[in-house]
Amino acid sequence: MSALLEVKGVSRFFGGLAALTDVDFHVDKGEVLGLIGPNGAGKTTMFNVVNGFYAPSRGEIRFKGERISGLKPHQVCGRGLARTFQVVKPLQRMTTLDNVVCSAFLRHPGRAEAVAHAEEILRFTNLWDVRDTVSKRLPLGLRKRLEIARALATNPDLLLLDEACAGLNPSELEESIGIIRRIKERGTTIMIIEHHMKVIMSISDRIVVLTYGQKLAEGSPAQISANPEVIKAYLGEGDD
Amino acid sequence: MRAPVANPGRGRPLAVLAALAALPLIALVPGVNANYWMHNFILVVMWSIIGMSWNLLSGYCGQVSFGHAAFFGIGAYTAGLLYAKLGLSAWWGMLASVPVVGAAALLVGFICLRLRGPFFALSTIAIGVILRIVAENLVGFTGGDQGIMIRERTWVEKTWYFYIILAVAAATFWFVDRLVASRLGYYFVAIREDQDAAESLGIDTTRYKTIALVLSAVICGLAGAFYTSYMGYIDPKVVFALHDVSVMAIMVVMVGGVATRWGPAIGAVIMILLAEIIRTIPKVGTAHHTLFGVLLIVVIIFLPNGVVGDAGALRRLLRIRRPS
Repeated sequence: MSALLEVKGVSRFFGGLAALTDVDFHVDKGEVLGLIGPNGAGKTTMFNVVNGFYAPSRGEIRFKGERISGLKPHQVCGRGLARTFQVVKPLQRMTTLDNVVCSAFLRHPGRAEAVAHAEEILRFTNLWDVRDTVSKRLPLGLRKRLEIARALATNPDLLLLDEACAGLNPSELEESIGIIRRIKERGTTIMIIEHHMKVIMSISDRIVVLTYGQKLAEGSPAQISANPEVIKAYLGEGDD
Repeated sequence: MRAPVANPGRGRPLAVLAALAALPLIALVPGVNANYWMHNFILVVMWSIIGMSWNLLSGYCGQVSFGHAAFFGIGAYTAGLLYAKLGLSAWWGMLASVPVVGAAALLVGFICLRLRGPFFALSTIAIGVILRIVAENLVGFTGGDQGIMIRERTWVEKTWYFYIILAVAAATFWFVDRLVASRLGYYFVAIREDQDAAESLGIDTTRYKTIALVLSAVICGLAGAFYTSYMGYIDPKVVFALHDVSVMAIMVVMVGGVATRWGPAIGAVIMILLAEIIRTIPKVGTAHHTLFGVLLIVVIIFLPNGVVGDAGALRRLLRIRRPS
């Protein structure tokens, strides 16, 4: 079976700095793939390369068997690959609903259908109660969730979540984990960057570890947490 | 609540239109210089069109233009050249300006829309200035500094000019209203709020910015083409003017309210009346640009969302506090 997303020998340089070096991995349909690594390991750069913000300096990315490296972000999104941003980027002066309507238009060109779809997504992500709040007034936890809702409204086959749970309080965290699980149950494949070990270990089917722009290890959560190299590079600092 | 605009504003457009259509009755009022007032009414309506044009590109889509004189001037020269070179009525310019200005805007967009934020704004200044210099120097084609004079005026009286520009304004208002509530309107605002986010949500930002620019330019070009027929004389320094057209377009919308429905119209009323009042003050009148500059600073500090925008915020505030 061919993978949904294939990252093949991808490198990305910024001037003389290698942010990613020859990274290979794949995401299978229906799974949750965790992408972890210390700060500066190249996780967000990897998302930016997959999503089309940066073209890979070397290597290629295939999605549903089709080469997507070199496409623009909106074209990548149109092919069914959506993302959230680590530093949230809400459309600040628009309401929560309008934020989601904007992305719902991608699959529903008519306004009534787009609004209906957006409303369904807001219910699904428990944002219904704040639908008329201007998004810049939302607390961080809800803005993080709005990122998920907006990406979800484009009906992605693969959803990239960039630290969608960072900075949440325990109850918000539980809620977000529940939403991510329900997204998976709907049949959407997920690739997630997360620092929260509890989150990543409990929701990932497989984990890829990056350090210094290179792939250090790959395997099930159990394998990763037992891998001595990973522990040295990352978990060794103390597991809270 | 559903409109993506910060403040969709209130008001019944048809009632406003009916009231405006009655303005030529001012001729029946004894002791009033009707011609003078009609001239100002025409300018107000014309500026509200230019304001709506600027508001579409810069207010809703967030691509701040300092070069709307380019499109105004191309529209004006399209009308002028049809008359001067082909012997047609300058009124045909209002039709011909649509493809001409549209094509020019596509070219401008191809060059300038690669740039973001202030860099786009700076590049639009350049476009306006370049066109003025071209019009001044292509003497054989444009008449250079001499400009173009329309020798036959269509009407001596101003009533019909007023109704023509009012019809264009009403059509523009209706068009922008529909546009803002549509998918395009949402996309424009999304691009304004965060271009990277918009792009990653599947919005082809380059394409929609170009659409906003072309629509905005065509509307502004219509005002320019009308200007030629109405004033009967165009001159590169006037129709391609940075301060009197490009900056004035910004002032109209900033004062009235950026990305609001009625902002451009309200701003045009305030700015045209203000310009007239300042001009009549002895000695100070010649410094009206300075006074406009001061006014702009005051508006930015105290009414950052313009007269319409901040009125809405105030009203909303009152409504929230009222127990329901």
